[in-house]
Amino acid sequence: MKKIGICTLLVFVFLQITAQKYYTKEGVISFYSNAPLEKITATNTKATSIFDMETGAIEWAILIKAFEFKKALMEEHFNENYLESSKYPKSTFKGTIKNIQQIDFSKDGEYMTNIVGRLTIHGVEKEVSTEAKFTVSNGKIIGQSELTVLVADYNIDIPALVRDNIAKEVLINIEASYELLR
Amino acid sequence: MKYTLIIFLLCIGSIQVHAQDDLLSLLEDEEIVNYTIASFKTNRIINLHSIEHTGAGVLDVKISHRFGFISGGISELFGLDQASIRIGGDFGITDRFMVGFGRSSFEKTIDGFLKYKILRQSSGKRKMPFTASIFASSAIKTTRFQDPDRENLFSSRMYYTYQLLMGRKFSEGFSFQLSPTLVHRNLVKTSSESNDVFALAAAGRIKLSRRTSLNAEYIYVLPDQLAPGFKNSLSVGFDIETGGHVFQLHFTNSTSMIEKGFVTETTGDWADGDIHFGFNVSRVFSLKKSE
Repeated sequence: MKKIGICTLLVFVFLQITAQKYYTKEGVISFYSNAPLEKITATNTKATSIFDMETGAIEWAILIKAFEFKKALMEEHFNENYLESSKYPKSTFKGTIKNIQQIDFSKDGEYMTNIVGRLTIHGVEKEVSTEAKFTVSNGKIIGQSELTVLVADYNIDIPALVRDNIAKEVLINIEASYELLR
Repeated sequence: MKYTLIIFLLCIGSIQVHAQDDLLSLLEDEEIVNYTIASFKTNRIINLHSIEHTGAGVLDVKISHRFGFISGGISELFGLDQASIRIGGDFGITDRFMVGFGRSSFEKTIDGFLKYKILRQSSGKRKMPFTASIFASSAIKTTRFQDPDRENLFSSRMYYTYQLLMGRKFSEGFSFQLSPTLVHRNLVKTSSESNDVFALAAAGRIKLSRRTSLNAEYIYVLPDQLAPGFKNSLSVGFDIETGGHVFQLHFTNSTSMIEKGFVTETTGDWADGDIHFGFNVSRVFSLKKSE
């Protein structure tokens, strides 16, 4: 009887450890397009992300419609003409933090990691890799990264008429403040 | 025995949790309100106002032309020899409230309007099947009075239009709008014409590509309100959007580009080739920088 009790406890403890995951629903993703005629920025503050501190698996999901632009019409065209958000409402990333073991989540500090995975934008999936910095302080974890994507890689068509207004390469900034998933 | 079974089940459960490779499914998806955007390319369909609004702090300069009747033939270069123009500007005070003004060369008319969005089509957390706006405009005809001997009051120059714009984006490719309309004319030519004219406008668009669409609008004026010879307005058009510009090219039997004119004073007959070729050019300027 006692043995069984211990066993049950062990199972729960095991569950707790393996299920150690961090998440956010308020990740910030912004992008920057620097074209000769126009500089465009947009920010999404409702990005969802989760990672597993054991396996290093990391995932992101964002709603394209949640990007906010300075100009209302730009936001409309971004959704209507470029990202086609009614057809492809979400953009996702599924990957792995390669050297997750090097992060000591119990010790404050900055840790550089490599992340590789598959990024889906506009319905097109592409392999990407980037460096990311994880900052641990007082039990809080902040992840930061940067990524450059080619607009053409994701079948986003820029008409000749506006090719001086929209950059071919877009810089994406990623920042998330993670919380322990309970 | 019972306990062993429970433990066994728990273990299975833990394995399942562990084996879950779709991490995001662990987080509950928050449902959000998804407002429909871009039911039409711009805030006009052809002559009619659409359910679209000019964004807050945005000035939309509109230059519209209607050439003469195509039935004028080669001597009039199929109407291209004449042109009537309206120069105007629309301004978004908030995303739901906009104002506009304009001046038409036809009858030297000055017009102004207010438009307020009362309902927004949405899906998700809040579901609303259509978008609705209320619209009110007034117009002042500044040409000389036809009969100078009669007592002419300034109010006789005034026209008012009230509209309810109800529209729905049925799919990416198809949007449809219905607009019950009331035009009030302070002065009419003959007693057989009514001062209040009720009409029902219907309009739709078919999106041809990401940047072009085909539009049509028809305004049915309820019978026995206008003098004989006045027709219902029918227009078909084509929109091309290029970044900050929208070009609308169309064929219409209405000469006027403002409500009181195209609803109550359309004389052209499509069957006789009394069709104007025309265009609207819209250019937006962001005056206010949002935070």
